[in-house]
Amino acid sequence: MSKIHVTTKVNGDEVEFLCDPRETMLDVLRDHLNLTGAKEGCGTGDCGACSVTVDGRLVCSCLMLGAEAEGKEIATVEGIANGEALHPLQTKFIEYAALQCGICTPGILVAAKNLLEREPDPTEEQVRYWLAGNLCRCTGYDKIIRAVMDTAADMREAS
Amino acid sequence: MALDKPGEDYEGRTSYTHVGTRVDRPDGLDKVTGRAKFGADAHAPGMLHGAIVRSPHAHAKILKIDTSKAEALAGVKAVVTRADFATGLEGEEWNVLENVMASDTALYDGHALAAIAATSSLIARDAVKLVEVEYELLPHVTDVDEAMKPDAPVIRAGQQSKLVPEGMHPNVVNYYEGGHGDMDAGFAEADLVIERHFTTEAAHQGYIEPHAALATLGADGKGELWCCTQGHFIVQKTCAALVGIDTSQLRVTASEIGGGFGGKTTVFLEPLALALSRKSNRPVKMVMSRSEILRATGPTSSASMDIKIGMTKDGRITAGKGVFRLQGGAFPDAPAGMAAECSFAPYNLNAVSIEGYEVMANRPKQAAYRAPGSPMAAFAVESVVDELCKALELDPIETRLKNASREGTKAAYGPTWDRIGLVECLEAAQAHPHMQAPLRESEGRGVAAGFWFNHGGETSVSLALSEDGTAQISVGTPDIGGSRASMALMAAEILGIEYENIRVTVADTATLGYNDVSHGSRVTYASGLATINAAKDAVGKLCDRAAQRWGIDPEAVIWEDGCAKPAGPNAGQFDPMPLKEITQRMGRTGGPISGHFEATPEGAGVSFGVHIVDAHVDRETGKTSIDRYTVIQDAGKAVHPTYVEGQFQGGAAQGIGWALNEEYVYGEDGRLQNTVFLDYRIPVASDLPMIDTVIVEVPNPGHPFGVRGVGETGICPPLAAIANAVSGAVGVRMTSLPMSPPKILKALKEQ
Amino acid sequence: MVEVNLWSGLRHFTDGAVTVEVEAKNVGEVLEGLVKLHPELGDIIDAGVSVAVDGKVIASGLTEKVRPESEVFIIQQLKGG
Repeated sequence: MSKIHVTTKVNGDEVEFLCDPRETMLDVLRDHLNLTGAKEGCGTGDCGACSVTVDGRLVCSCLMLGAEAEGKEIATVEGIANGEALHPLQTKFIEYAALQCGICTPGILVAAKNLLEREPDPTEEQVRYWLAGNLCRCTGYDKIIRAVMDTAADMREAS
Repeated sequence: MALDKPGEDYEGRTSYTHVGTRVDRPDGLDKVTGRAKFGADAHAPGMLHGAIVRSPHAHAKILKIDTSKAEALAGVKAVVTRADFATGLEGEEWNVLENVMASDTALYDGHALAAIAATSSLIARDAVKLVEVEYELLPHVTDVDEAMKPDAPVIRAGQQSKLVPEGMHPNVVNYYEGGHGDMDAGFAEADLVIERHFTTEAAHQGYIEPHAALATLGADGKGELWCCTQGHFIVQKTCAALVGIDTSQLRVTASEIGGGFGGKTTVFLEPLALALSRKSNRPVKMVMSRSEILRATGPTSSASMDIKIGMTKDGRITAGKGVFRLQGGAFPDAPAGMAAECSFAPYNLNAVSIEGYEVMANRPKQAAYRAPGSPMAAFAVESVVDELCKALELDPIETRLKNASREGTKAAYGPTWDRIGLVECLEAAQAHPHMQAPLRESEGRGVAAGFWFNHGGETSVSLALSEDGTAQISVGTPDIGGSRASMALMAAEILGIEYENIRVTVADTATLGYNDVSHGSRVTYASGLATINAAKDAVGKLCDRAAQRWGIDPEAVIWEDGCAKPAGPNAGQFDPMPLKEITQRMGRTGGPISGHFEATPEGAGVSFGVHIVDAHVDRETGKTSIDRYTVIQDAGKAVHPTYVEGQFQGGAAQGIGWALNEEYVYGEDGRLQNTVFLDYRIPVASDLPMIDTVIVEVPNPGHPFGVRGVGETGICPPLAAIANAVSGAVGVRMTSLPMSPPKILKALKEQ
Repeated sequence: MVEVNLWSGLRHFTDGAVTVEVEAKNVGEVLEGLVKLHPELGDIIDAGVSVAVDGKVIASGLTEKVRPESEVFIIQQLKGG
């Protein structure tokens, strides 16, 4: 079986890997690069637990082939904090208990960060629709939405 | 734990230092940075990957399984079938084995027939396609009412309990009948009697994390298992039996768990991974796909129910009758008796009759789901109560208050209620601004109550003090809702040290005595009670050390604010001795200080809730939208109020999904039609409004701090509350869940 | 003696009685007493029941105390999610 050689950047670091043509970006992150922050909840792009950004665009890594990462810049939940300094979203999610089991949290953080980079002052409706691709079964979304809105307000004030 | 008097455990405190504060969770940092280790996140050197061969047929005799082509595929290391598991099992263990690996008959679409381990998951999946199975198709049935009909195919003869009335179909495997009073007289007294038939479809627990396991088992009968589960001790006991080894030789470690809601209280792929590991002599990891989860793990029961309730003009319920038929898949144990017992729990009735039928069908074995049996029963009963209120022009909350169960009234399932908080919840609903807020045009408001028993269960907790005056606690109940924080808060309250100085670990099965599953809303109650008592055990030893040093009687020492103190002036004049001062010397004054508690506490205390919902219906599309939602529930005492709110909100959201979207759709061929999240649609962020919460605190006399479980009751009221709101909005009474747009459009057309 | 209330479906195995008097000081003795008087209840109790004592649901504990004046009900075995 011939594998494909891929060179890409993950969270700013250059990486190389060999992958089966059938392997998804999520498989590669989890099984080859040991980045298990992105989760597989469905494998069909419905739950968003595997959300990453590719050249700044939010994608479900289970719907992208590993081979497609060639020359791209991938960002995952593991790259959100800057050293020991957490991103304001991470701090706020802990403070608001915007997570219960935490399996959806990596995907939601990646998606919410991507939203705030595009829209620093989102309405509740915008946050709800932006995160509509990220399933959470525990929280009923209430505390998640509040955490994102409040982080946005703090970040606007700080900037 | 034997209590001489109910309530002797309750301390009656009025103020707390730690309990009731909103501290950060200890697993927070790991979970926001992606490093928390869930079921599928484990790796082992030399690990193989497993995959499962499943039946595409709803009901078929298995004539032959030919695995030779699969075994010949390069990279395949082991194949197991039923022959690789224990024989001679009985009862529930046999049922569980039959469910995770069929013997001679495939009983539902997705039933496991064989499992394969290979050097990669791609190879394992390729190998699955090479397994050739010869079937003889059998007639199937997936609907609960159809499965009870005389001509329905028999799923498994000989399963019927003798409680089942004579002449019923063999698919009816158990029967419950209860109640009290004169039903005829009760209905005769009523000014209005309404009788309705209701159905609800199976809903899946819908945890986002797939089942996952990493297993090692050798020919020496020693095994290691890592898996996501609500209870690793039951996994240990069950898996050991299924693969035929001693319980104590299998060590099970619970991973972080990505949601369970009842669905991870049993085993599915764990015993298969163990059997594959034994055969290949390599560690084996298995992870389910979403379609495997939907097809072959437990959804809740589907139900068919008949309700008849009589009411006087002034709103007194004179009699209530309920018949509940619950389909539990191709196995016994559907929670029909629970449905019957929970159904009329909110009402004080002179005449009540409740019946429950457990029915088998060609579907996966139902698994527990948040308050098993109660939500569908509440949907049926609370819908009829609402219809009576509307017809008699009565206020829904006033009417519920007039008939409410309270301390000293008789429950429909028999006993006299202890201290319960239903009246307080109804009064809080009545006083809530939501009830006074004006409705928009075409909007309806629904109210419904719900009930769940709550559970105690076997519990074992260990607490060890460190030299620096901090504490570590081992619990055996996986943390599914923030329980590590709650345990630390309760221990901090007793020890008198800071929350941050306590670390709580979910210990593996080799470290601690048996613990029941994290289910039945039991963890904050039972593990909490055990943590408090383990801390008290340690405090007793700390007081002993202080007494020793002061040369006084241990009885003359009390523990206050984290210090040993003389009990009074007669005990002697000594400065308070802080915990840290004692632990620093503990190695030289008698050895390490630990506290333990093991028991089966039985004072869980039941829980009631009341939900208020505003909804509107789009008459063109039939889509129902939730505009405002309020959950009011008795928590006894909220140890961490934010997590209590989270349980209320999560329960409500799941109930909303069950009410409006979620259902198992079986085709004529008996195959599940909606096996991905796109088609099995759980609520997304844009479907829901903010969910307001009110925490009512009517202390549970069975817990030192008055805690009642809060995890399950929240899913009981939403189904009816939303149906009642829809009825208010567009005047149609929806009696079949989900209230999906096509069903609502049809009802509107027939209006 | 303790008066034990059964769910009405159990009367088929107790010659029609829905209350049965047994000599018992705890839940375990209540269940043993029931089976001694009405052996047909044996496998039903073995399959699992819970017992409500003075309104408190005892899911499994056999050592929970019962007094002569206690209100005792046999109910469905409790299972949670």
